[in-house]
This record gives sequence, C-alpha cells and structure tokens, in this order.
Amino acid sequence: MAHPHQQKLRINGPVVITANRLADGVVIHRTGEGRWSESLDDAQVVRAADEALAALKAAQADGLIAVGPYVAPVEAAASARPGNLREKIRSDGPTFPLPSDAPAAYLPKEAGKVAA
Amino acid sequence: MYVYDEFDRTFIAERAEQFRDQVARRLSGELTEDEFKPLRLMNGVYLQLHAYMLRVAIPYGTLSSTQLRKIAEVGRVYDKGYGHFTTRQNIQFNWIKLSDMPDVLESLAEAGLHAIQTSGNCIRNITTDQWAGVAPDEIEDPRFWAEVLRQWSSLHPEFTFLPRKFKIAIAATPHDRAAIKVHDIGLRLVRNDAGEVGFEVLVGGGLGRSPFLGKFLRDFVPREHLISYLEAILRTYNAHGRRDNIYKARIKILVHEIGVEKLKADVEKEWERIRDGYLKLDDAFLADIRSRFVYPEYEPLEDAPEELKRALAADARFATWHANSVARHREPGYGIVTVSLKPIGKPPGDATSGQLDALADLADTYSAGEIRVGHEQNLALPHVRQKDLYALWRKLDAAGLATPNVNLISDMITCPGLDYCSLANARSIPIATAIAERFADLDKARSVGRLHVNISGCINACGHHHVGHIGILGVEKNDREFYQITLGGKADEDARFGDLLGPAIPYDEVTDTIERIVNRYLDLRQSESELFIDTVKRLGVEPFKEALHAVH
Repeated sequence: MAHPHQQKLRINGPVVITANRLADGVVIHRTGEGRWSESLDDAQVVRAADEALAALKAAQADGLIAVGPYVAPVEAAASARPGNLREKIRSDGPTFPLPSDAPAAYLPKEAGKVAA
Repeated sequence: MYVYDEFDRTFIAERAEQFRDQVARRLSGELTEDEFKPLRLMNGVYLQLHAYMLRVAIPYGTLSSTQLRKIAEVGRVYDKGYGHFTTRQNIQFNWIKLSDMPDVLESLAEAGLHAIQTSGNCIRNITTDQWAGVAPDEIEDPRFWAEVLRQWSSLHPEFTFLPRKFKIAIAATPHDRAAIKVHDIGLRLVRNDAGEVGFEVLVGGGLGRSPFLGKFLRDFVPREHLISYLEAILRTYNAHGRRDNIYKARIKILVHEIGVEKLKADVEKEWERIRDGYLKLDDAFLADIRSRFVYPEYEPLEDAPEELKRALAADARFATWHANSVARHREPGYGIVTVSLKPIGKPPGDATSGQLDALADLADTYSAGEIRVGHEQNLALPHVRQKDLYALWRKLDAAGLATPNVNLISDMITCPGLDYCSLANARSIPIATAIAERFADLDKARSVGRLHVNISGCINACGHHHVGHIGILGVEKNDREFYQITLGGKADEDARFGDLLGPAIPYDEVTDTIERIVNRYLDLRQSESELFIDTVKRLGVEPFKEALHAVH
C-alpha cells in the first residue's frame, strides 16, 4: 500500500479526509461541518476529485488539530467502512491481541508444557 | 555498566527541557508541522498509523535494572503496558501522546535514558555485540569504543544534517553478533602483527531497497586514531553524498557510484590532514572513560558446579532451555543467558511492563543488575553464576520468558509492519506468529536446527529480510499483501544476501510455503548436522523452488 502522501489524487470511489490528531496521534476524520471526529461514521464521504481536493485543502489549513491529512478510500454503505487494509488497521488497531500483563493473557502457550 | 558523569546527566536533562519547549510551541501553533517534524525526529518521535512512536536509545545494548524498571514504568504510565525492542538496540513505545512526550523524556532522563539521535539524518545509536565484555574470545570490550563514539557523535555540529542517516556497529569477536557488514560503517576490533589493538574498517554496508555489504576501507586503524579516521569518512560522505534523491543518499550509494578506492583516497587525504590534531585520542581521555565502566566482582568459581549438574539431570525442561539459551562466559563458573522475547504466537521483540519489572528483579538477584539487548530482538543476562541457573530459569519460566527457541525457526527478526508502521506495505507480525505457531512443537523446531527467519513489511528492510536464512519481504499488489521469499542470507562475518526463490505469494500461503521449504531442507540435508543455511549454500535455491510451485 503506497504511502497515501505519495498517492496522486485519483478517485475511483467514495473517499474521506483522514489524519492524525496533533496532541495524541489518534486517527481522526473530517466531517461535513469541517470538524474532526474519531468515528468514521461521522466522516464526510465525497465521490468527486474536485470535491475531495477542496476538502483536503481545507483540512490542511487545520494544522493545529490534524497532522498529515490525506484522502482515504472507504466503502460507503449505510455507514462508511475503511476501503483498504491500511485504513482498516488505522480504524480498528493492530490485527492481533496487544501484549498485556492481564493474568494469563500473555503467558506463552508452551509455558510449563514443553517436552524435553 | 558505564556510569554517566555530571556533564552527561545535565546534557540529557537539558535536552528534555528543550523538547518540552518545542512541543509547547507546536501545540500552541507557534510552530507548523513542517517546522516541528525535524525537531521531533531528532528526539526519536515518529507519527505512525495509530499514534506517536517514541524510539529510546539503549547505547551499546547495555541497561541497568534501574533503567529497565524506568522503561517498564514508561510503558505502564504513558503507553499500553509494553514496549518493542528493535534490531538496533533501541526500544520503541507505540502509543505515547505528543502532549505527554516531554514528561516521558524527563522521566527517562532521571535514569540516564534518552532518545537523542534515534532518528534523523545524523549518526545513530552506536551498536555492538550484546555479549560485549563477557564473550570468551573477545579482543576487548567493544562498549568502551562505542562510548568513545557516542561522545564524539552526540550533537556533532558538522554531522547533524548528513545526506541521510548513518549507522555504526562494532564487533570484537571472530563471530560477528552485531551485523557490522550491513552498517554504514562496520568496525571490528583486531590485533596487528605487533600485537597492538586497532580497528578493521568496513564502509558502505546497508539493507533497504539497495542492499550492499560493507567494503574494506582499511585493515588497521590504530585505536588512538579511531575518531580522526571516522571523522575523515563522515566528512567525505557529507561533502560528496547525494542530497538530490533520498533513495541514493546513503554512503553505500556513494561507495557504489565512485568506488571504494576513490572513497578511500579521499578519506586518506582528509585523514592525513587531521589525524594528529585534536581528534587524536590521548591516554588520559581513554583512561577516564575506562574508569567509568564498572564490572561485577566475579567470584572464583568452577565450571559445571554440582548444583547445575543435579538440576540438568533432574529436570529435562531445564536441560532443554540450558542447552538452547546459555552460552559460555569468559569467567569460569558463570554463563550468559539469552532471554527469548519470541514466545510462540506473540509479537517478536515485545515485552510487557510486568515482564520487564520481573527481569529487572532477576537481573539484580542473578546478573549484577545488568541486562543486554541484542539485534535479534532478544535480551540477555550477562553475568549469571552457573549454580544459580536453575533458580533463574524457574522464575523466567513463570514470567513467560523462558521459551527455549533461541536461534530456532520461531526466533524471528520482525519489523512492526503494517500493523503499526506508516511506511509498511504489508503486515509482518501476524506472519511471524503464524510461522511460530506452525512450529510450536519445539522438538520439531530443534530437529530443524538453527534457522533464522527475518521478516520485513516493506523494502526499507527493518526486519533485515535480506540477511535471513529465510527472508520474507511484504509487498503490495492491488491493495493485497504479497510476500517475496529469499533463501541463503546471513548477517554474520560471512554475511551475504539471500537469493529470490520466485514470484511473491499471497498472505494466506506464506506459512504453508515456509513449512514446505523447511520440509524440503529436511529431505535434502546430508546429515542432521548440516544446517539449513549450509544446505542452501551447497545446493542453491533451485531445489527449493518446488515449495513455491506447489502453490502456483
């Protein structure tokens, strides 16, 4: 997945403007009202390149809130869903359980069971 | 351990304070992102897919138990309770808020830790053998020289804006555990015919999209001239390295384009001019640095004490771990323990804050309060009395830190990949965990023997795929994850890059393909003592291609 910042603005379907929040890096999406939301459901979905470009330029002016805004594909149904694996991971987090000290959660399966 | 002096402590604390001001100015809008980005990168702060990532240096891979507890605390208080050890003796936190970053750096500085020059186009953290100072066949402790280089390279005004990043590694034993041939400069401590200690110097090694092995620049640099010689190399690179194309900016490309002989001529000319100036290391300076390396007071002990023999005979699981994870120490009666951070099915190189705290306690009890970090993303306890090994193992086992898979197929070097990294094209960690699960039967893994699988999620090669016995490189095709497989790479003194096996295969087919490659090796090897890498060396990749053909 080529880095989004390196992509030309070619639109083959519905897209949103996405970025990371300056203060904490959390993934955010631009809404139709020109605000930012952590929920993809709130994102403004656009389908035309000029519309997306205008939204992107407006987002780039929000440098105090959003870092590195770019155009990301979505699957638009009743509500928008991430349009590729990269955006799915940005939306849902890593695709495996994170390491944890919760009891028994992080002990490897072989602990105490390894045959000699 | 190296004990920081007042200058070092003040320097780190002031740097943290400086970054606090820079972050405040960014958050207030006084600095734009374009202005702030180089400042945050100089302090190891990246913006990744989900959050900011902080990369903290572990100079020459040595940590005190106090420092390890500090890392655990940062993970617990500011992150999600874990950290990720990298291939260059750093630890990365994946979820720290920018607004918390100043407090994190201040907290780290209290323990003598920092993130200076862990990113940016400067001389990065100097790395070396994780067994430094305790390996039996070492010329001398390479950490001493890494510290000399740390002092020289930290905030070096001439080398803060190099054409590109610059990585230096040092080895001091015949077997290279620091991967010096794939560094911008690789140094090997050697003795000349007169018995004097100095450095063999390699230049222009590196991985990434244009992999090169380091080329010999000089077979012996007297140690008092180490800094002047490196200054001459860096100055030549700084003047002639390309700045017009980020992909051609590393010194390896300069070496490739002008040839090592031309580079050598330029370096020698510059060195001749500066070698006897202020950069020549004098005995008083070296003695001062040496005096601040504190070594444990080893007890006079015998190898193979009765306690150890009894435990090995009585507990087969302990014996298995001992055979896999304990190496010979330079002092009789002691051992070097490798602590695998590759538990089956878990992200390679990750450790929780609880595990790090447990390890810090074990280091205090059993290893003179010292922990090491190796480029294979495992940890080591460098000073363990052999008679304590059984007690140590039981506690490591209870903490999930005794997986006896060091150097086996599940001991994979793995980059964070698309699950975290904004540069990645494909995931690495789930590929690693799936392969490890497939070989979860460690008896089977042991029957396969030494086999290094290295996985990168993009061409930047943070997972060192070029030098894996089996290398796996994630690529993207039409928004889908595919993986190229190479065989026959090595990162040690006989370093070479692996050869491509064939067309890239989809995500779902990687584990089956790796298993078929391993089974093919088991069919092809001449004896159980012929390692995978030796079979590939003997036969090439051709006989392994059917492992791919089964799919295509």
